[in-house]
Parts: sequence; C-alpha cells; structure tokens
Amino acid sequence: MTQKPYTGSHSLFQSLEHEGVETIFGVPGGAILPAYDPLLDSPIRHVLARHEQGAGHMAEGYAMATGRVGVAMATSGPGATNLITPLQNAKMDSTPLVAITGQVGTAAIGSDAFQEAYTTGLAMHCTKHSYLVTDAAQIPDIVHEAFHIAATGRPGPVLVDIPKDVLNQKTEWATPTLAGLPGYKPPSSKGHPKQIKAAVSLIESAQRPVLYVGGGVIRSGAAAGLLAFAEAANVPVVTTLMARGAFPDDHPLALGMPGMHGTYTATTAIQRSDVLVAIGARFDDRVTGDVDAFAPSAKVIHVDVDPAEIGKVRNADVPIVGDARLVIQALLDRLLEGREGAAPPQRTDWFGQLGVWKREKPLAYDQPEGGPIKTQFFIERLHAMTEGDAIVAAGVGQHQMWASQFWRFSRPGNWVNSGGLGTMGFAIPAAIGAKAARPDETVFALDGDGCFQMTVQELITASTENIPVKVIVFNNGGYGMVKQWQNLFYGGRLSAVDLGTTVPDYPKLAEAMGCVGLQVDQPDEVDAAIDKVMAVDDRPVVLEVVTDRDEMCFPMVPAGGSNDNIVMGLEDL
Amino acid sequence: MSQHTLSVIVEDKPGVLSRVSAMFSNRGFNIHSLAVGPTHVAGRSHITVVVDAPELEQLKKQLHKLVNVIKVTELDRVEALESEVMIARISCNPVNRGEVGDTAGLFGARMIDLAANSITFEVSGTPEHLASFLDHMKPYGVVDLVKSGRVAMKKISDVARTAVGQG
Repeated sequence: MTQKPYTGSHSLFQSLEHEGVETIFGVPGGAILPAYDPLLDSPIRHVLARHEQGAGHMAEGYAMATGRVGVAMATSGPGATNLITPLQNAKMDSTPLVAITGQVGTAAIGSDAFQEAYTTGLAMHCTKHSYLVTDAAQIPDIVHEAFHIAATGRPGPVLVDIPKDVLNQKTEWATPTLAGLPGYKPPSSKGHPKQIKAAVSLIESAQRPVLYVGGGVIRSGAAAGLLAFAEAANVPVVTTLMARGAFPDDHPLALGMPGMHGTYTATTAIQRSDVLVAIGARFDDRVTGDVDAFAPSAKVIHVDVDPAEIGKVRNADVPIVGDARLVIQALLDRLLEGREGAAPPQRTDWFGQLGVWKREKPLAYDQPEGGPIKTQFFIERLHAMTEGDAIVAAGVGQHQMWASQFWRFSRPGNWVNSGGLGTMGFAIPAAIGAKAARPDETVFALDGDGCFQMTVQELITASTENIPVKVIVFNNGGYGMVKQWQNLFYGGRLSAVDLGTTVPDYPKLAEAMGCVGLQVDQPDEVDAAIDKVMAVDDRPVVLEVVTDRDEMCFPMVPAGGSNDNIVMGLEDL
Repeated sequence: MSQHTLSVIVEDKPGVLSRVSAMFSNRGFNIHSLAVGPTHVAGRSHITVVVDAPELEQLKKQLHKLVNVIKVTELDRVEALESEVMIARISCNPVNRGEVGDTAGLFGARMIDLAANSITFEVSGTPEHLASFLDHMKPYGVVDLVKSGRVAMKKISDVARTAVGQG
C-alpha cells in the first residue's frame, strides 16, 4: 500500500490544529468531500449538524461560551448559502467565527457548475473578511490570517472558500505568518492618554453619570475591570442585551438592560444622565429609540475598538479608540491617581432617584394561581432552582426579552443570544455549541415555539452527538412578539401569527429525536417539571411549557419613539 | 450633497475593487467616478473615488476596516492634483472644421479621429478644464463622449497657491 499524498485537505486540518481548534461543526457534501477524509485521522472533534445554519450557530454558541474562535464547515452552493445567516449573525454580534466552505473546482468556477455559488461574493457583505484559496500552498497562511482577523480588533466572521481541486492538490505545510496583511492593523491600545484624562475628569465631576456597557466588554474580557472601575468611580451600570453578564445583576450599581424592553430605571437613567460612558456599545436603535431624543443632556464618552462606531449614531464628546479591557484599566488608573486617596463622589441625589425608580417601576408580571403559566414566572423559578448556575441560550422574541429581564446574570459568557440580527431559531444550535464547549455545565436553550420550529432538527444532532442540552419551549401558540405588535399597532388584526398549540406534539417530537420529552401547563407544577429536567443528564431534554397566549412584553418603547415614553403595561396605552 | 475625492491605496488582489465599491453601496452612498490602476509599488493599486456624500468621516472609517485597504486619504480640492481623460466626438463640416480644430487646440485637445462630419478629440485635465472644453464644443454638437474617471494625488508644492496669493 502506497502512502497517500499530502494534500490541501491535510494542510487544512494541520492548520486548524495549529490554531488550537478542538471542535468544528459541519455538514459534508461534494465539494468539501476531500476535507472529510483527513478529518478521520485528526484529533479535532467534528459535530455533524443536520443543517449548515445549525452548524454556523453552533460555532457561534461555542465562541460565545468560550471567547475562542468557533469553526463551521460546509460544502459549496447550498451548504455555503445556508451559512449566510450565521455569518451575518456573527458579524452583527462581533462573534469570532471561521467558516470553511468547499467550492467547485477552479476550472469550473463561473460556469454555473453543480452546487456552485459565488460564495466569496455572497460573504463579502456578511463577513469581516473572506478568502478564495487558489493554491494549496496558501492554506496555512490564509487559515492563520482568518483566525487572526476573526479574533482580533472587533471580532467577527471570516470565510475561507476552498475549491475541490485545491483540497486535492499536493502540497506541503509551512509555519504560517501574518506577512500577507499589510492593511490590517486592529487598534489594541489603551486609549489616548489625553482622552483618558478628559474622560476621567468628566466622570468625576458628573452629577448623574451612567456606564452604558455593550457586548464589547464581554468580547474583550473586560468584565472584572468594569466591576472595579464602576465601584471605584461609583457610577451605575446598564448592560445591553449583548452585555448581560458583563456586570452582576445583583450588584447595587446594576440597573439592568436599557432600551426597547429594558428596565424603566436603566432606560430612564440614560435619558437623565449628564455623562454617558459607552463602552463596547454601538448605540443600536433598540437601545436609543428616537436618536434625537436620546440622552438629551448627556456628554458622551465613547470607548470602542472599532473607530467606525464612534460618532456613527451619536456624536462623542470624548472619543476613545481602544480595547475595552485596556481602556477600562487606564481609566481606573487615572481615576485613582487623580483622587490622591480622596473619597469617590457620593452622588446621593442620583442614587436616591435611581432607588425610587427601581422601587416604583420594577419589572412586573402577574402570575394567576390557576394558570396559564407566564414565561416570566417560569424563568424566575428556573433561575431560583438552579441558582443561576447555567449557560442560557435564547431564541428571538418575547421569550428572549423575558430571559434577559428575569434571569439574574452574574458572570460573562453565560448568556448566548442573537442580538443584532435577531435570528429566530438561534437557541437550540447555539446551546449545542456552548454545551460542546463546556460539557460540565448545565446549558439551557430558552426557546419560543416559533423559534423551536425553525431549527428543531438540531436536537437530532444533540442526541446523536451526546450533547445533552436542556431545551425549554415556551409554547404560546404563535409568534408572540409579532402578535404583540399587531395587537398594539395594527388594531388587533392578527395576521399569520397563530401557530396553534397542539401541532406539533412537542414531547412526542422530542422523543422521536432521541430526547426526553416533557410538558407542564400549571404554575404549581413548574417546580416539579424543572426537577425532572434537571434529573436528565444522559440525553437532551425538551420541556414544553404551555404559556399564556396573550401575554405582552413590557416595559416597551414603541419603535422609533422617545425613550422618555416608556409603556409599562397595557394601562399606559 | 457635496462631492469628495478619496485616494485609496489597496492590495492588488482579486475582489478588492468589489469590496470597496460594495462598501459604498452598502452604506447608501453614490459613487460619482472611480478610477483604478497600479502604483509604482508592486502589489499595490490606487483607487481614486469621487463620491456624493454629506460627510466623509464614516466612509473613511469603513474603508479602513476593509482588510485589503492600506491607506485612505481625503483630497481637499485645493491641495489635490486632479486629472481626467475625455474622448469627445464633435460634429463638424468642411466649412467649420478648422474653427472647431482651432478652438479645441486652445484646450490642448488632440485630434485622434477624423471623419467627413465629425472630429474626435482626446483632452485631459481638471474637471473644470474638461467642462470648459465641452462648453465651447456644444455649439457645434457633441455626438459622443467618454470619460476615464478622475485620478488624483496630493499636491506637495505650494507654488500654485503662493502664486495666487501674490497675484
């Protein structure tokens, strides 16, 4: 038997191993076929997803739960186009991701060959960067560059498209370099000293400061520094949807999530602030509402690793380009240096006012004893019974907002959700990715029935790959958030939002896919149901929670409205 | 909306031009003119983009984010050396042919094709120079024209401005 030649495929896997990759998520196919052969001899674990979108979201969940680059692999054409949603999702949420796609043979490119799509062209708009490999000798450098670009600066997705003949081409591996990136210089600074000084001076003299913290704080590993800085500066903290867990919710300085469905206190604190310190946040429309009416009296300090975010939506009085972790440390150093041992500003009036809002306008819901179950109630029970010791993935919609509102986050990396793109169906595959990364931890997918039906087949992946996630399906029989908008803004004319409550039979569907299937529909049975969910650890488990069909998500700032007009409930309409 | 000229140095790699032009359309800006060509450095191309935009700050930052973009410079018109090549076919007859040729010659235009009822000129210079040339040709009739797109480079001497200042 002759030894097999060393090809582009071998080089690909050697490169992935060189980058420290342990797990990849993928689906094979014609053009990527050569890469699946050396996989058999590689220590890298391949999780066989049932759809490329699932593979992509798994890689995102993996990345969000570890801070490392997630890897997804797919074939050409439909395999690659199915990855587009995860790529854009990762781009919007700055998640480090590398996607490897097969491509038709070099000679066939552009000929409308079988399973051909112009993948690098499609990916141009939804990645940080993309590559078409034209020679197997380029593979080590390109893979190395891809991981470097994905993980550094503002993280994001990078796609590497490799034609089949390049995967089969005889080649040699060489230690890669970054010499081929003359134009890529991500800022890694701790901010300009002059701006740091100006920022601290503003913060110290502020009467009503707020730290507006975004996902960048989690991506840069700045949570510990943020806690130290917030305490030293004595400034309250709001954490955006992407930043849940960046600051502990039980901390006295924590105000919760701001924005469209944020807490009254977080949203209003920003509105009344005189100094707003945005760190790794991008003034998203879901946070600002009407931009012209947003934080009207605030001077803005904006810290971001991406210079393009600074001044994009709101002018920054003190712009600071740099890595959140390093900048926060520089701010803290400067603050303590300037104090010369003096006590921090007390801001008694400000904290008094925040306390009043917290007391008078808390997150609230009403759980009738006889049911139906409110999703908020279930989430509170789940948090209490697990003591919050779990990774929580969410889909998109009402249940996502309630999860963000009612789960009390205590550390970064335990909240996995689709913020910017709002990708329904994200929860199940993302939870699988997170569980594959951190197998010793409990991982919940908190999902809606609409979301569940979009990526449900990945439960087969979870069963067959032995990734025992715990899926909670809040079944309100429809697209709850869309229904809420139709009720509030379309005069109650409900259009295409009813999914029914009986089909599918969720426990049976779960069982058919190798999971344990459970159901609960009474509030007083919730605790027992959670016990049953927690008792299963050898298989995925799906608990259908039959919830109130008409519950609406509040607080709410109607889209495009001013954050001064927060609707706390139906009585405010 | 005002016109801005950007000088962009990029890696000479496949797809770079699409990335640059796609960024403009992604962000909703209209490219007025675009010219690409190699530079004196191997592996580097120069793109000159003239864009209609209220302000350039965001565009420049977004351009910088493209991995293949090496340098972005905004060229203020006062400090820019700009040039564009135009080929214009002007209608004429044996009677006024000499007059058309004389006028065109004042603009440094070069005759590159001659037919019974038209002359085709090649003329280059600043956008104003080309516009002025066209103004003088219009009475005869402009049959066809094509422009290369503007190329620009930062001026490093102060000669022109000083001369104006002293005048």
